[in-house]
Formats: sequence, C-alpha cells, structure tokens
Amino acid sequence: MSAIQTIPLEWYLLLSTVLFTIGVLGVLFRRNAIIIFMSIELMLNAVNLLLVAFSSYLSDSKGQVFVFFIMAVAAAEVAVGLAILMMVYRNTNSSDINTLNKLKW
Amino acid sequence: MKALILLSSLGVIALLAEIFSFKKLLYPIVLLGLITTFVLNMFDWDTNKLYFKMMQFDNYAVAFTAVILVVAFLWFIMAEGFFKEESNLTDHFALVLFALVGAVMMVSYTNMAMLFLGIEILSIPMYILAGSNKTDVSSNEAAFKYLIMGAFATGFLLFGIALVYGATGSFDLSEIAAAVSGGTALSSIFYVGVLLMLVGMAFKVSAAPFHFWAPDVYQGAPTVVTAFMATIVKTAAFAAFLRLFSTTFSGVSETWMQTVWVMAALTLLVGNITAVMQTSTKRMLAYSSVAHAGYMLLALLAANNYSNSAILYYASAYSIGSIATFAIVNIISDAKNSDGVDAFNGLSKTNPMLAIVMTIALLSLAGIPPTAGFFAKYFIFTSAFMAGNIGLVLIAIIASLIGVYYYFRLIIAMYFKESDGQTIAVESNHKIVLVIIAIAIVALGLFPDYIIGLL
Repeated sequence: MSAIQTIPLEWYLLLSTVLFTIGVLGVLFRRNAIIIFMSIELMLNAVNLLLVAFSSYLSDSKGQVFVFFIMAVAAAEVAVGLAILMMVYRNTNSSDINTLNKLKW
Repeated sequence: MKALILLSSLGVIALLAEIFSFKKLLYPIVLLGLITTFVLNMFDWDTNKLYFKMMQFDNYAVAFTAVILVVAFLWFIMAEGFFKEESNLTDHFALVLFALVGAVMMVSYTNMAMLFLGIEILSIPMYILAGSNKTDVSSNEAAFKYLIMGAFATGFLLFGIALVYGATGSFDLSEIAAAVSGGTALSSIFYVGVLLMLVGMAFKVSAAPFHFWAPDVYQGAPTVVTAFMATIVKTAAFAAFLRLFSTTFSGVSETWMQTVWVMAALTLLVGNITAVMQTSTKRMLAYSSVAHAGYMLLALLAANNYSNSAILYYASAYSIGSIATFAIVNIISDAKNSDGVDAFNGLSKTNPMLAIVMTIALLSLAGIPPTAGFFAKYFIFTSAFMAGNIGLVLIAIIASLIGVYYYFRLIIAMYFKESDGQTIAVESNHKIVLVIIAIAIVALGLFPDYIIGLL
C-alpha cells in the first residue's frame, strides 16, 4: 500500500473539488489579472491531484503520465498568458481587468 | 497521419525561414505544402489506420481534415496582407500551421490525452494570433479574454476527464465506451465527469450559455484571425465534440441529452436575436457564428447515423460562406476604416463583384436555396426530425427566420442605399478566390450528394 493510499479516495475527491471550486470562484470574482492566472493554475492543479490519486488507487500509471501533459501545457499557457498581460500592461498601465472594457455590445 | 506530419514539418520550415532567410519564398511554399497535404491526406481514405491507440484516421477524420485544409488554403489567400509585415512574418506562418496541427489532432483522436493536446495546440497559437495587433487595445483585450476563457474551459474539460478516468480507469475512447455499455453500474462521478466535459466542449464551440466570450474575441481580434476562429477552429471543435459524444458517451445519452437540448435552443435564440441588434458587421457575424453552433448542436443531439454527414456538410457550407463574408468585411473595413453596416452602403454600384459574392455568401449563411446553406440546414433539420426533436426543429426554423432579417439588412444596404461613390481597389488574387468561393457555394448547393454521401 503506497503512502497515497493511507488517505481514503473520497477525501482526495473532496479536496480536489474544493480546490477546483476556489479556482473557479477566483476566476469569476477577482479583478486582478495575475490573481486570475493563479486561480486557473489552482484549477489545473486540483485536476492533477485528482489524477494522481485515481492513478494510485487504480494501480495504473496512465493517470500520472497525463499529469505531465497537463503540467507542460499549463506552463506554455502561462508563458503566453504573461506575455499577453505584459502587452496589455504596456497599453493600459494596469493589470486590473476592469480597464479592458472596449468590447461591449 | 500524413497530414499531421506534413503540417508539422511545414510549421518547422516556417520557423527555419527566419534563420536561413528565405522569407520571400515562404508564402508559395506554404500554399504548395497545403495542396500536397490535401492530396496525401486523401490517400488515408478507407485505410482506417489506428496509431498507437492514440489517433485513428478513419473516414470521419480524413473528411474533416480535408475540409479544414481546403478552408485553410482559402484563408491563406484571403489573409495575404496578414503575412506582409516584415517583423513577425514567419511567426504568423508557424503559429497558423501549428494551430492546423491541433485541428487535425482534434478530428482524429481516440484518446482523451490527444483530445486535450489537440485542443491546446489549437488554442495557444490562437491566443497569440488574437493579440497580434499589439498596439491596439481591443486586440489586446480580445487576446486576454480568449486566453482566460479558453484556460477556464480547459480546466472544466480536464476535471471531467479526471472523473471519467476515475470511474472507468482509462483514457481510451473505446475502452470507456466498453465500460459504459459493460452493464456494471458506474459510480456517480462518471456522470459528473461527462457533464463537466460537456461544459468544457460547449465553451470551445461557443454554445450558449457559454458563448459570452465569443463576440468580444471575434470583434477585437484582427479580422483575418476572426475568420480563422469562426471557420477552422469551430469546425475542429465540433468534430471533436461529435466524435466524443456520438460514440463514447452515446451509452449514457440520457445524462446529457436534456442539457444539450436546452443549450441548442438557447444558442439558436440568443445568437440570432442578439445579432439583430448589432451595428458592427464583425460583431454581427460573431453572433451569427454562435447561432450556427446551435444548428450544429441539433445534429449532435440527433445522434443517428445521419448526423455525421450532416455536420460535415454544415461545417463546410458554413466555413466557406464565412470565409467569403469575413474576407469582404476585411477589404471594406480596411478601405473605409469602419466595420459598421453603413460601410456597405451602395457597394453594388461601386464594387458590383464584391456585392454579388457577399450576397451569395450571406444567402448561404441565411439558408436560402439554391445555395449550400439551404441544404446544410435541410440535412440538419432532417436528422433532428428523424430523432424526434420536433420542438427543437420548430425553434430552429423560427431562429433562422430571424437570421434572414439581419443578413438581409446587409444586402439591402449594399443594393438600395446611396454610396459615397469611391470604388475600393481589390487585388486580383482576392477577386479570383472570391469568385471561386461563390461558385463553390452554389455548386455545393446544387450537388450536395458528393459530400453528404461520404460518411
């Protein structure tokens, strides 16, 4: 029995769901672009935690390989995201997303 | 697979062009490369090859890849101006080509990992391209919103994938399908996972109520990039959506059918009604693209053996029509510095050719016979009708009547309003392509059997 399995699977599920929800709420309610990025990372890492827990309980390595994919893609996404944020900052001198209000119907 | 390898190498060649300075040759190389890719892709027809249980080039994948390549070719010709600024030329080529790689992965995956990677390989270049107009604040805003909403949707998709994995122990589509139909009761997290994946995919295809990012992004991004997003990205996302839900999750259709029903109805009504109120043509076309996602959801919901070919035909008719409209909006807004409906006033007097092509494309999007759009809607409605979704078909017919109103507003502006008299110069290769597109729209409408019989 691995160290991961000393904690019941339901607890991992609960923890991941709570972390994921915190991430979702952060994206929806925070106004600072950097904090929004952090919230998205939190969502993705909640998924990683869940995949590792399932992988260990199913004795199947595929889940952990998937985690590497998610990490690599998340890194690429953050690199692009921060570049876009820099570009926004140069034009608006702010990282508050309320300054981005040119597009409305 | 040949398409995937060739497109990836073309992307690498585009990056090498910067180092070995053959930038001038890059445009013809890419066009030739796309033609070669299209031909080689056709050799995969009927081979049904499965690669490492990760992707399968069955006829479904080959047909959608072919549509994507044709639209990409037309897009490259209409977007020539996008590849003229000296500084970022090779980057633009490479980003677009890698986005195409992602699109091909999304139509051919048989494993959740490939679905996820395909979506991301398609999306990340699109985030950059949406912001490629670096000094324009609306382009910045579009890129930022697209990135946040795209990553947010990916989060939902991944959480869904993780839950499905937890319940079935596999990422492989056929193994999941076997677990679904296996008879043993699945734990409840599986159903939550399916619904979360549905939310993630609905974000990507911009189905209501997850469509709110689309109009902002489509309006803010440079028009050529918008054309790419409205056609190729949407086609690929729908192909991926359909591949997942019509086969793997068809065994648990009662969990998601109701939700998709409501989504389709909402998408049709919200898209069409909001489009009526727009003054910017770009934003109007963005809402119309949301509405078209609603029609395609109808075929997804029908989930009979008819819906694959119905969606293939709809996606090609819609993409070709949209490429033409966006190309013309691009030409007009460049010349007049405005993308309002007023900019089209009297176009039939100053540029009759543009007006005729625009009319044919708009008639096709509105679904008036004998254009391709009419038969596209006809096939979608038939497949939905056969599945017994009569209420939804009625909503769709009402929605398309509303659609006729705002498409005709542009046509009326072109033919019955006074212009300011200046003729817009159009490059000859654009003219040729626009005429070819117009002929293709009518030809697809006159001979729909060639595509509808494929799948």
